[in-house]
Amino acid sequence: MSQIGSFALLLALGLSAYSFLAGLLALFSKDAASARLGETARRAGIATFAAVLLAAIVLVVSAFSDDFSIAYIFHHSNRDLPPAYKFAVLWSGQEGSLLFWSLLLAGYGFVLRLRYKTDQQLFAHASVVIAAVQVFFLLILNFAAHPFGVIQGPLPQDGTGLNPLLQYPEMVIHPPMLYLGYVGFTVPFAFALGALIMKYPGEKWIHITRRWTMVTWCFLTVGVFLGAHWAYAVLGWGGYWGWDPVENASLMPWLTGTAFLHSVMMQEKRGMLKVWNMALIFATFLLSMVGTFLTRSGVISSVHAFAQSSIGSWFLVFIALTLAVCTYFLVLNRSHLKSEHKLEALVSRESSFLFNNLLLLTLCFTILWGTFFPILSEFVQGHKVTVGPPFFNRVAVPVALLLLLLTAIGPLLAWRKTSLESLKRNFLYPAIGALSIGGMMILFGVRPWEDPSYFYATMAAVLSALVMFTVISEFLRGGRVIAGKTQQNLFSAMLQLCHRNTRRYGGYIVHFGVALVVIGILGTPFNKEVEKEMGFGDKISIGPYTLVCQSYTQDDNPNYGNEWAIINVFRGGKQITTMYPERRFYKASQQPQTLPRIYPSFREDLFLVTDVYLVYEGKNETTGRPIIKAHLNPLVPWIWIGLIIMVFGTIVALVPNAVAVQVAATTPVRAPAHVGAGD
Amino acid sequence: MKSSNHALEFVLKGRGFNRAVSATKSRTALAFEGRGAKTQAKKPARQALHALILTTTVFLFMGAGDDSARFKDLGHRMMCACGCSQILLECNHVGCTYSDKMRDQLQAALDKGNNDDLILQGFVQDYGPTVIAAPTATGFNRVAWIMPFAALAFGVTFVVYVVRSWKNRPTPALADGIPIPRGNEDELDEFRRRAREATMGGERKLLELLASQRQIVEASGF
Repeated sequence: MSQIGSFALLLALGLSAYSFLAGLLALFSKDAASARLGETARRAGIATFAAVLLAAIVLVVSAFSDDFSIAYIFHHSNRDLPPAYKFAVLWSGQEGSLLFWSLLLAGYGFVLRLRYKTDQQLFAHASVVIAAVQVFFLLILNFAAHPFGVIQGPLPQDGTGLNPLLQYPEMVIHPPMLYLGYVGFTVPFAFALGALIMKYPGEKWIHITRRWTMVTWCFLTVGVFLGAHWAYAVLGWGGYWGWDPVENASLMPWLTGTAFLHSVMMQEKRGMLKVWNMALIFATFLLSMVGTFLTRSGVISSVHAFAQSSIGSWFLVFIALTLAVCTYFLVLNRSHLKSEHKLEALVSRESSFLFNNLLLLTLCFTILWGTFFPILSEFVQGHKVTVGPPFFNRVAVPVALLLLLLTAIGPLLAWRKTSLESLKRNFLYPAIGALSIGGMMILFGVRPWEDPSYFYATMAAVLSALVMFTVISEFLRGGRVIAGKTQQNLFSAMLQLCHRNTRRYGGYIVHFGVALVVIGILGTPFNKEVEKEMGFGDKISIGPYTLVCQSYTQDDNPNYGNEWAIINVFRGGKQITTMYPERRFYKASQQPQTLPRIYPSFREDLFLVTDVYLVYEGKNETTGRPIIKAHLNPLVPWIWIGLIIMVFGTIVALVPNAVAVQVAATTPVRAPAHVGAGD
Repeated sequence: MKSSNHALEFVLKGRGFNRAVSATKSRTALAFEGRGAKTQAKKPARQALHALILTTTVFLFMGAGDDSARFKDLGHRMMCACGCSQILLECNHVGCTYSDKMRDQLQAALDKGNNDDLILQGFVQDYGPTVIAAPTATGFNRVAWIMPFAALAFGVTFVVYVVRSWKNRPTPALADGIPIPRGNEDELDEFRRRAREATMGGERKLLELLASQRQIVEASGF
């Protein structure tokens, strides 16, 4: 099996190298044969996908057939590993995940090359760029991180098993989502670089890549949030975001990608920010590479860095080379990227996008700076320092709050110019609503002046409410106009409004989801935790809950042995649920693992939902009694609901616009300027 | 009195105002020593205001400096030294040989009545500088804190510059030098949009047109 896999990888490398070189020659050659050469390059690119797919299939089949002669399978699987995790072996280790990266890239390239007729020249350029990235990954796979290396010596009877932290259902979904996001940004990057190299006229490359970019952004969003949820549900420390370097690495391309999604609208609508958009998409791609580099190189210690090796230098060279190429063409062809319009007013959608980009980029820079500062410190001071959550919370949170404010105001601004009068008119009621939320928080005992974290929480609540109220008011205002003209009910009118300009209103829904996510996060300062040794019948009181230990029980299966605590949860004297925090001991890897249990109190609290989060930490070595740690994490479930709404909003934005609304009235409809006036 | 001072110190340090703490202390010390009495006598109202602010602050934050809150605060300002890259009080990884020991050490230091700086210094001596979860505001580490805000300030300046230069950019003029009347901007925008569309699909249409013309020419026998 390993020989088939190795052959497939070598073949893929040869095909992608041919696709790159022949494609490049065809682009710069003027003779008649160049078209035929370009076509062979395209076909070689398609065949690359088949070869990489074969290699991936071989690795998965090897995992299912317990072929421990392959070192990768030996180190990441075992006979009793459940089938889903055997499938996930493909991306559970360094070599496999690089193969998976390569497979996804080949898949994207496959789709792109099949659709080449949309614009042959532009697609040919993009295809060459993708082939170049593909060659890089296949070089690593063939010469630095070979997934089909064989074990020397006697054949092992069983593998050492998969890392227990990775044996969780979300681990089957989270890495593919994240990788689909990381890899997906290669496509708009390839089109942007291609368009820049060929001095492509107009903004068509943006129209072509808009869906790619949005889908990719959506995958990355889901990937980042699933990672946070995995940390919450598996690591057992009661939190979901630890500002770990690898978490940061996934957030950075998300931030620049988000900035790109916003600023690209200025190029589409007004022919502005052309250089900036190029730089943003280049940065997004490079940051995706930095993310993979951080996860895989071990240059920075991280709870998520599951592999450490020497491939870091490969990535550094590739990142430097890509940066050089991008900068060269950006400087060379900058005259092609001149703005077509000027800014007419400071209070306008354009300037809000500028400041939105500024804040997103500042946030990204802060995270990049904090992530790499330990290396800089070692270089300058001779010793590393830790840049952990206290730093990021103090520096990033104020910027994020400003961004939230802009998220609320931005959609109320019209393109070109907004009068302060109309801004005041649209902003008044949402602002009153938001301030009243802040007032209510103070009324219910939150003292923002007592602690910076309470201050931030109050500000975040007010600004999230502002975002939500502005979104709702936009839907209502537009819906009322359509309802008035078409005699529909308000809800149908709002649906129609949304369908008329899916991109704009889909974006609003995404903003609404972001506000919900922030509401979920702002509960953090109000978290509570209690740790206690619990024998039968022992109680823990935390917040309005009383936890009573009913019993402990054990189980065993071929993969692991486990122990559960059985904890009854009471509130107001009434039992509301029973929870089973768990500890496992994985046999193959000989590693223990805790698995928390989470109960979100939707039935009891609804809006102020709180997670009851229990961890069975182990036994006190002296007394032999089990230790249970209980957390109360208010509002956290809103984060995951916010994610669902963000995904929904993105899907809405991807739906094509409906034709203009049919009006029964004899006079033509003249909607106010702010209704469907643009994205 | 001890708890009041302690509460004030906690509050101010929580906001990262170490310097403010020392400044307040030195001013208070001066006042007690009688130095600068002349200046202070001239401003009884300001003195009263200071006292009021101080009293209010201490009152508001009374209790914030109790040991459990300090334990939580300090425990979240340090990392577990086992290499798990987690905050000390959040490290729960099974079989950790450091976190329990470090928590006990922290509690013992608090019981001794050590102040926060002394406790943190003790941990740095025992576990190295990486035990502190964020760069200190001293020496080169200050750069860590300054850079993000400097970047934001630079960014704001840059955006303001860009916005101003765009606003001041002259209105595009016609080939003969006659400026475009402002009232026609909308119309021109529409033309530009159409022109862009024409550019995008134009090449293909042009080729199709040329091909059809060639066919006509060939068919006509020329």
